[in-house]
Amino acid sequence: MADKIILEVARYSPERDAKPSFQSYEVPVYKEWVVLDALNYIKDQVDGSLTYRWSCRMGICGSCGMMVNGEPKLTCATFLSSYAHNGSKVRVEPLRYFPVVRDLVTELSDFLVKLTKVKPWLIRHDEPPLTQGEFLQTPDQLDRYKQFSMCINCTLCYAACPVVGLDPVFVGPAAIALAQRYNMDSRDQGTEERTAVLAHPEGIWGCTFVGECTRVCPKHVDPAGAIQQYKLKAALDWVKSFVMPGEHKSKDVRSEAAND
Amino acid sequence: MEASSHDVLLVGGGGAGLRAAIAAAEVNLKLSIAVVSKVYPMRSHTVSAEGGAAGVAKSDDSLDEHCYDTISGGDWLCDQDAVEAFVKEAPQELLQLERWGCPWSREPDGHIAVRAFGGMKKRRTWFAADKTGFHMLHTLFQTTLKYPPITRYDEWFVTKLLVDDGRVQGVVAIELMSGKIRAITAKAVILCTGGCGRVFPFTTNANIKNGDGMALAYRAGAPLKDMEFVQYHPTGLPFTGILITEAARAEGGYMLNKDGYRYLQDYNLGTPQPKPVLRSMELGPRDRLSQAFVKEDQKGRTIQTPYGPIVHLDLRHLGEKLINAKLPFVRELCQKYQNIDPVRELIPVRPVVHYMMGGVSTDIDGATPLAGLYAAGEVACVSINGANRLGSNSLPECLVFGARAGRAAAAYAATQQVPDGKVFAQANDERRRLETQFLFRTGGHERIATIREEMQKTVETSAGIYREHASLAKATHQLRELQRRFGDISLDDHSRTFNTELESALELGFMLDVAESIVQCALHRTESRGAHQRTDYPARDDNKFLAHSIVSRNFDGSSRVEYLPVKITRWAPGERVYGETSKEQSKSTPIRQAV
Amino acid sequence: MCAVKQPTTRTAPAYTEFHPRWYRPQVSVYWWLFQRQYLKFILRELSSVFVAAFVVITLLQLNALRNGPEAYARFQQWLQTPAAIALNVVSFCFVVFHAITWFNLAPSAMAVRLRGKPLPDFMVAAPNYAVWLVVSGAVAWLVLR
Ligand SMILES: Cc1cc2nc3c(=O)[nH]c(=O)nc-3n(C[C@H](O)[C@H](O)[C@H](O)COP(=O)(O)OP(=O)(O)OC[C@H]3O[C@@H](n4cnc5c(N)ncnc54)[C@H](O)[C@@H]3O)c2cc1C
Ligand code: SF4
Ligand code: FES
Repeated sequence: MADKIILEVARYSPERDAKPSFQSYEVPVYKEWVVLDALNYIKDQVDGSLTYRWSCRMGICGSCGMMVNGEPKLTCATFLSSYAHNGSKVRVEPLRYFPVVRDLVTELSDFLVKLTKVKPWLIRHDEPPLTQGEFLQTPDQLDRYKQFSMCINCTLCYAACPVVGLDPVFVGPAAIALAQRYNMDSRDQGTEERTAVLAHPEGIWGCTFVGECTRVCPKHVDPAGAIQQYKLKAALDWVKSFVMPGEHKSKDVRSEAAND
Repeated sequence: MEASSHDVLLVGGGGAGLRAAIAAAEVNLKLSIAVVSKVYPMRSHTVSAEGGAAGVAKSDDSLDEHCYDTISGGDWLCDQDAVEAFVKEAPQELLQLERWGCPWSREPDGHIAVRAFGGMKKRRTWFAADKTGFHMLHTLFQTTLKYPPITRYDEWFVTKLLVDDGRVQGVVAIELMSGKIRAITAKAVILCTGGCGRVFPFTTNANIKNGDGMALAYRAGAPLKDMEFVQYHPTGLPFTGILITEAARAEGGYMLNKDGYRYLQDYNLGTPQPKPVLRSMELGPRDRLSQAFVKEDQKGRTIQTPYGPIVHLDLRHLGEKLINAKLPFVRELCQKYQNIDPVRELIPVRPVVHYMMGGVSTDIDGATPLAGLYAAGEVACVSINGANRLGSNSLPECLVFGARAGRAAAAYAATQQVPDGKVFAQANDERRRLETQFLFRTGGHERIATIREEMQKTVETSAGIYREHASLAKATHQLRELQRRFGDISLDDHSRTFNTELESALELGFMLDVAESIVQCALHRTESRGAHQRTDYPARDDNKFLAHSIVSRNFDGSSRVEYLPVKITRWAPGERVYGETSKEQSKSTPIRQAV
Repeated sequence: MCAVKQPTTRTAPAYTEFHPRWYRPQVSVYWWLFQRQYLKFILRELSSVFVAAFVVITLLQLNALRNGPEAYARFQQWLQTPAAIALNVVSFCFVVFHAITWFNLAPSAMAVRLRGKPLPDFMVAAPNYAVWLVVSGAVAWLVLR
């Protein structure tokens, strides 16, 4: 069937270029080819200097996010044929709002700093010895945070979020969703520590609820939902601190109850 | 040359690497620990493991039974002392992961749930839906973030081990982002670089699994072990090679040939039952299932497609509810990559290279014969997997032996001095080699992709599911020729910044070495055992080959294969039986025997 | 074992000698124009202005009421000018838009669970709409009676 399609790929070489430009490649289209297959075809057969990240080619490692025709996509999970209308072109660019290192490779260390900032690990005040067995957690309790634990750190949601673009210090959707993943975990006791970091204009209050993060997320994490839940909770806590001063420490009841 | 120095250095940030880093940090929070990884740690291939991790958890199970399943599954090529240590520590490690927040699937009462898995007689596979590896890796990664002694070198590619005075003292690595080539010295180095599936054309393995660590060790003088044992997984999606986890069969999926017949009953794997029976039919071990596929194909009972012959995996009778609850990722992968819905349709599958049983030879603490060098995870061969790994044994292997290697390396580092200047001279040589042979190279005629494809084809046709002398001998020559042509590659990319072509070239170099070791080991083992099936030597030969192949590099670059007896503690070699008869078999074990 | 101190991360997003020139894309002032979803978002933000406009009009009305029947008549007259009607119609549209999008957000912000199972989104949104309709109906009945 080998139809052809034009792939317009953003190229940027820091040694040579002041800003990115597009280069066009003609690639064959097969039914089962994804955009990543086309990039691999170019790299293997045409131009070995094309630079991009990929690894698992099964939508789980989170390396291969790019803008495909202006939409943030996992290129390993985006069929080329869905763009292959007669003579059509497909535009591939690095994820929006990130600094570009080269071609399609974005700079990620800032994202990792943000991820680390929300303390994404299980925080416990007590550490019972391993011999006491597992922390009990019912399937329902698991279900409460499960969705937020599905994030593959692909950063598509950052590329979809105009707040990220306008305000570089904004912690961003995935990091907040990850914080919420631990907050909602019945085994965790660190909600307060995390709220201290996140109830902040650079944290949840930076979000103006565009909702695009949730729409583009390939793993249905719903970061926008996580942020709204977080806001509601922070607001209620704030109100509570007026109504019942000194009482707002009772937040951890939930996690204690789960560990009887 | 710029350099930095640490106490313990890990090459690899997958399951094994991160577990080792935490273990080393917990030995002494004052140690300086480095994790060097060519991809961000959460991109490591552990992320794609689906099915689960085995560890005895329930009262109807016992450590001995897990040992027996592992050893018989490995066709008695496992070192039994290692298996015993592994089986004993696996449940603790899985529990520790629970304490760090891993979202294990649960029973209604809140306890950990376990599922059945191929080759396992009891239910003992812990799982987090069908994204076990993903959840384990992210839990480990997020946990490492709270340990200040752990420094990460994300997206640094290790090209060489620095060896001086008979011990490993660090590595040379390229920072991809900047192109800087630097020495990172350390008192102890642990290789956790994962497997080498990409040596084959059709694999479940990610693009990063090129056997880097095996080649690094081999070149530095540490031997590799049992490299001929390559596991084919019976159910990969055609074209992509994406894995459909064994859990799909454990939950009750059927394997059907082109006539809709459950063909495994013809291959001594039991009689079909409507519900899954442990160690029987679809839940037999992977090597047997993959071999059955080849036989079925020879009988003309598979379906021909542009991507080779296939059979079908049928999940339809399980129903949408169960599939969504227990196998959501399977459904997602089928829909996204094969454009079918397993709730209503048959899944096309074929055997696909999945796992490397062999690897860098280590002892039970992950130490290699080369001082200062340790290895853990898929890159290592301890060996607990013998001639065939059981599904769900390798994730806990990463944890158990990652932790052991981490502790051992930390203890060793405490007795060593900071590496001195001599290694920097070596590091400079390496930098020059990288620059002249690759980075600034002009001319050359061979494309990387061409050599890579030819190597993959060579290894597949000679060291695939069935092997024989003639094709292995031929492959030996072909690989040597490919090595020569590799010297004549042409490179388009001369930039320092994020040079992925340079990376691919170096990976191809690693793979050529690994391919050679696989073919050599396969050529010399003139018997059939587990995943190594010789059509010209169809029987197992315990007199000659109850032994590990040890392959090392000679000074002239050629390889030599020697043998090291298997360690047997309590389970004398027996027949591998699956299907109904396996029940009696298991009663008669363990047998005490002095060997 | 919980050595929770400052989390360490190797790199701050700083420039180093070898890659002095990451390309930092500028966000255009018109970023919201080029994508339907963004445009919708900006309109939603804009709708707050009209919500405020309604409030202001109501306040003015109250003020007029307090200043006696004459002032009130004058106010009512102003309300009938085309400009005021246009303002009100536009505001009304925006307020309805605002209300609908607001209610559609509710399921995201409130993860309501019933007997351990999450409620489907429409079940969370529906009561909001119901209350809206009832209140509007009541007001309409009061006014038009
Ligand atoms: C699709 C799939 C499904 C699986 N399912 C299961 C399962 O259900 N149960 C089970 O028990 N096992 C399963 N396995 C096997 C298991 O996942 C792997 O054996 C295991 O995850 C390997 O982990 P690792 O830590 O050794 O290596 P990896 O996770 O592969 O990590 C390798 C690391 O080394 C780094 N690295 C490699 N080379 C270099 C270099 N030159 N320089 C710097 N860094 C380098 C990489 O960046 C990476 O961080 C599965 C495997 C696959 C492929
Ligand atoms: S929340 Fe979704 S889009 Fe954002 S990083 Fe995670 S998986 Fe990617
Ligand atoms: S390559 Fe791993 S997510 Fe696409």
